This record gives sequence, C-alpha cells and structure tokens, in this order.
Amino acid sequence: MSLTLENIDRTVRGERHIADASLSLASGSFNVLLGHTLSGKTTLMRLMAGLDSPNSGRVLLNGQVMTDVPVRKRNVSMVYQQFINYPTLSVFDNIASPLRLAKLAKPEIVRRVEETASMLRIEHLLGRYPQELSGGQQQRTAMARALVKDADLVLFDEPLVNLDYKLREELRLEMRKLFRTRNTVAVYATTEPAEALALGDTTTLLHEGRILQSGPSDAVFHRPETLEAASLFGEPPINLMEVEVRGSELLIGSTAFPLPRQLESLDDAPYRLGMRPSHLGLAPVGDDDLEFRMAVGVAEISGSETFLHVNNDVHELVLHLGGIHDFAVDSEIRVYAPCHKLFVFDADGDLMHAPSQPFSRA
Amino acid sequence: MDKIHNNKAWLLVLPVFALVAFSAIVPLMTVVNYSVQDIFGPNNRYFVGTEWFSQLLRDPLLHNSLLRQFGFSFSVLAIEIPLGIVIALSMPRRGLGVPTCLILLSLPLLIPWNVVGTIWQIIGRGDIGLYGWALNEVGIDYNYAANPTDAWITVLIMDVWHWTSLVALLCYSGLRAIPDVYYQAARIDRASHWAVFRYIQLPKLKNVLLIAVMLRFMDSFMIYTEPFVLTGGGPGTSTTFLSQTLTKMAVGQFDIGRAAAFSLIYFLIILLVTWLFYTAMTHTDDKA
Repeated sequence: MSLTLENIDRTVRGERHIADASLSLASGSFNVLLGHTLSGKTTLMRLMAGLDSPNSGRVLLNGQVMTDVPVRKRNVSMVYQQFINYPTLSVFDNIASPLRLAKLAKPEIVRRVEETASMLRIEHLLGRYPQELSGGQQQRTAMARALVKDADLVLFDEPLVNLDYKLREELRLEMRKLFRTRNTVAVYATTEPAEALALGDTTTLLHEGRILQSGPSDAVFHRPETLEAASLFGEPPINLMEVEVRGSELLIGSTAFPLPRQLESLDDAPYRLGMRPSHLGLAPVGDDDLEFRMAVGVAEISGSETFLHVNNDVHELVLHLGGIHDFAVDSEIRVYAPCHKLFVFDADGDLMHAPSQPFSRA
Repeated sequence: MDKIHNNKAWLLVLPVFALVAFSAIVPLMTVVNYSVQDIFGPNNRYFVGTEWFSQLLRDPLLHNSLLRQFGFSFSVLAIEIPLGIVIALSMPRRGLGVPTCLILLSLPLLIPWNVVGTIWQIIGRGDIGLYGWALNEVGIDYNYAANPTDAWITVLIMDVWHWTSLVALLCYSGLRAIPDVYYQAARIDRASHWAVFRYIQLPKLKNVLLIAVMLRFMDSFMIYTEPFVLTGGGPGTSTTFLSQTLTKMAVGQFDIGRAAAFSLIYFLIILLVTWLFYTAMTHTDDKA
C-alpha cells in the first residue's frame, strides 16, 4: 500500500486550509505529520481518509485514484485525540465492530480480536465497558479497533495528547513495534518534535497549510531546508541571530568574530545564524567557539534538564542544558556556540550551511 | 478523633427550615391532618383514623380513574418520547434552519394550558372546527363530545401537540453535545445509520431521555386543565383523570377529609412511579 497526494488544495469558506500539498508515503512506513496547532494536520488527515474531498488535486492509494471515493468505501481507520469508543459495547464488541461490519466469520472475529487485544495488552479487559477503563486503556481499545481490520491506511490524530507522560512513552514505543511488520501506511499527527524523531520513519513538516519539507526524519532534522522548517522541528525552537559575513569576519551585532572555517564558502552578505538550544553551552568545546556575554533571564527546570533563557542588548537565546542548574537572575554569563554546529540561512530563509556530521538530538 | 461540636451551625439552617416548613411541610401536614378526619363544618369534625384510606383503596371510582390515568400517561410517553427523538434527529444542525426550528418548536410550550384546551375544543368541533369539520367531510364520523374514543384521541393528540416539543428540544440539546469525531469515527468504521443511532446517539441521549421521561410522566399524570376545558371529563367519565376526580371530590362535593386522603395516595403514586422509572433507567447504567 502506498499513499500519494498530488497538489491537494482545500478551501473552506474562502479560507485556504491546505495549499498545494504533494506527498508520497510508502507502504509499511510510519509517517509523522509535524506542525503547530491549526497548521492543517487534521484537515490533511481528513483528506487522506476521504472524510473531506479536496477542491483540487488527486489522492492516490496504491496508484489508484481515490479522490472522490467516500470514506465508507475505503479501507481506512483513525484514532483520535479524544478516546472514541462505543459506550454501550464491551471492549471485545468495540474491537470486533469493524470486523462485524465487514461480515467476517465468528471464529475469525474472535481470533483477530484476541490477537489485537493481546498485542495492545488489553486482553484481560475484553469483558469490560469503556467507562470502566483508565484513559490509557480506553485509548488502547480505540487503537485496537483501528488496527484490527488491517486497514490500508491508519491515521493517528494526536492520539497521545490526553495521556500522562509515562503512558505516552510506553504507547509510543509499542506503536513503533506494532507497525514494523505491517503492510499499511501509518500517519501520525503531532505537535511535538521529539515524537517525530522517536516515531517517524519519515517526517512531514506542516506550517499554515503548506508542506515545508518531507523526508526521512533524521534528514529533515539535520538539514532543514528553510528557516521555518528549522524553527518548527525543535523544541525549544532553534535560536536565530542576524549576522553578516564581511571578508574574513563574521559580524554579530557590534562584535566581529573571525569567520569560522566551516563558513568560508559563504559570500559577503547578511545571513541568519541558527543554533539549536542543545548545542549551546556554558563552556567552550573548541578554540574557535563563538562567545557571547549574556545576562540570565529565567531558568526553567524540568526533571533532569534546564532550559536557560539569556539575553543581551540585541539577542535572546535559549539553552537546553542537561542536569539541574541554578542561576541568579541578571547574573552575567558566557555562552559558547561551537562553530561546527552552526546553521546558516540566507536572507530569504533558505538553508546555506548545515553542520556536516550528525549530532545529538534536540 | 476529637471533634469540636459547635451547635451554632444549626442557626444557619433555621431560615431555610422555616421557608421549607411554610412552603411544603405545613401544607402537606394540613392535608395529612384532614385526611384522618370527617369534616362537616369548621367546628364539626370527627376523627376517623385510616377509614378514608381503606375506603378509597376499595373505591371503584378511584380504580377507574387511576387506570385511565395510567393508560393516558403511558400512551403519552409511548408517543411523545419516540416522536421527540425522531424530530430532534431530523432537525438541522447548522444554518438558518436551527433558529427557525427552535422557535417553531417552542411555540406550543408557551401557550397557557387552558388556551390549549380551548384551541382544541374549537378546532375539533364538527360545525366550525377545521379538523372536526374536515374529518366529517371525508366521511369519518368524529365527535369528541359524544364518542369516548374520539374524546380520548383528541385529548392525546392535544397533549402530544403541546408537549412533544419539550422532548424534542431536550433530545436536540443532547444530540448537539455529541462531539463530531464520534460521527467521523462511525463513518470510518462504515457503520450504518441505524448503528450510529443505536450505539452512539441513543447511549449519549440517555441522561436527557431520563429527564424527559420523568417530566412527561409527572406532568401527564397530573394533567387537569386541558381535558377539563376540552371535554370536561366526558363523555361520561371517559376522560376524567385523577386530578379531576379529586377536584370534584374536594370542591364539588366538599368532601375535604376524603379528598385529603385521595391527594396523599395520588402524591405517593407519583412518587413511587417516578422512583421506579428513575431506578430502572439508571440501573442499566451499571451494565453499560
């Protein structure tokens, strides 16, 4: 199974929800749709499912045009942010419902329901009713219902948002495993960059109804083609600075740094420098690190990491530090940016330079 | 555990207690007091104990009107609840049709009871009433003033006309509260319209239906004004329901003690049936 979107447009009451989206998703792949709230993730999924029709463009499933085939005639399934189950049916009947509608034989239904339930580890709950389950178990039931019918296309619309952190991690790991052996196209919408990296074979970045970039998750993360893509794929978003290359110097604000050798190929022009929060440090890594004197703003401490917000007259930066650090507000601090970790974008926002070697995840 | 007892808190309850006493307890107790006496005049009363109660419970007058009452209330429920659901399901979900439907549906609810009775009394007449005349014209012998069946049907239709809107509006609000994703999920599951109704809409409507059933039962069980205006309880006693029997006894025959005992039995019946409905409908919740 493969899914292809060709120049999809969707306009609702004069408002363009999806603009010229083209995408090709391979069979057996797990694809993440990454974008902020209202970026069009759900709209795009509804178009993929056939719940809505595009105003123009084509949807192809396995090379076959499906654009105007209604959802009832397609073999898709979907899991939602809300836990959607039939309230008066037991877990077993909930999972069995798509199979019963497909008029499968009874022993086959029992076999497949039990198989799917044990895959999602809810086999001991089959006799219960949805409201007797915890949120995680309810969502597992909804997922089992989506997986049991061997759909050509399985859509997940932020399914883990309403679950607590631990359950999220657990289900995320399981989902990855579940899809390894399947011949379906899985699409997973999320607002979290970390989820895209953990789950997706491929990641598609969606911003204001447009596809910014699509490709293998690591490649998209390491080489964001545009500034928007770089900002979207990273949490906290990438730090940006207006800079200028002039001869052998890199001008940042009023300071002139010697031009790092990685950036020697750049012509003289204004640029924007991108630095991932996790690449900035409080101690230099190499001799040529860019050094900034900054004042401490806020330090957000979450578990085992610290997000440090610093600023000076012109710039604001966010650092993602491992471990817990305590900083006095307004205290003077030196921040170092290693030269081999710099991204450079031109005035139009297109990528001019990306770090050559793979680096740790943001 | 050492608890500090502070009885001053009771003082705070006093105003409410006084209010409830005057509005509910005192009137109710007055009725209880009357129900154990035979009253001929202000200074001429005798204590009779439970005699009124045992007499009433064996009284065919009460039996008949109780049977009629149950027949009426259950017919009302059997028609209005399904009809209300159907209307709510077929109402538009967005657009100009929504306020139009809501206003049209609320209209009957805003009309005073005795006006409703009068409307149907006129409209059902064979000489000048639109319905009555039309029915007679097409050859159906219809006369609600003389034929008990016609009277019954007219009273029922009148109640359905007056109150189905309430059920429909309640159901409509319940339906609107179902998130759109449920319908989406059902479409993706390729569920039929019947399955959507049976497994999504009906379970989600359960709570409003419970309210609708109880309201309609209690109201129809106490119905007085409309049949009184429309048929006056006739022909014969065919549309004489409990409240009218009671009124005749209390105001017509001035049989205060007996009427008081009747009121208490009436009150307990409503309480019991409502409780039965409530338990039956919430009990299924444990299973589902």
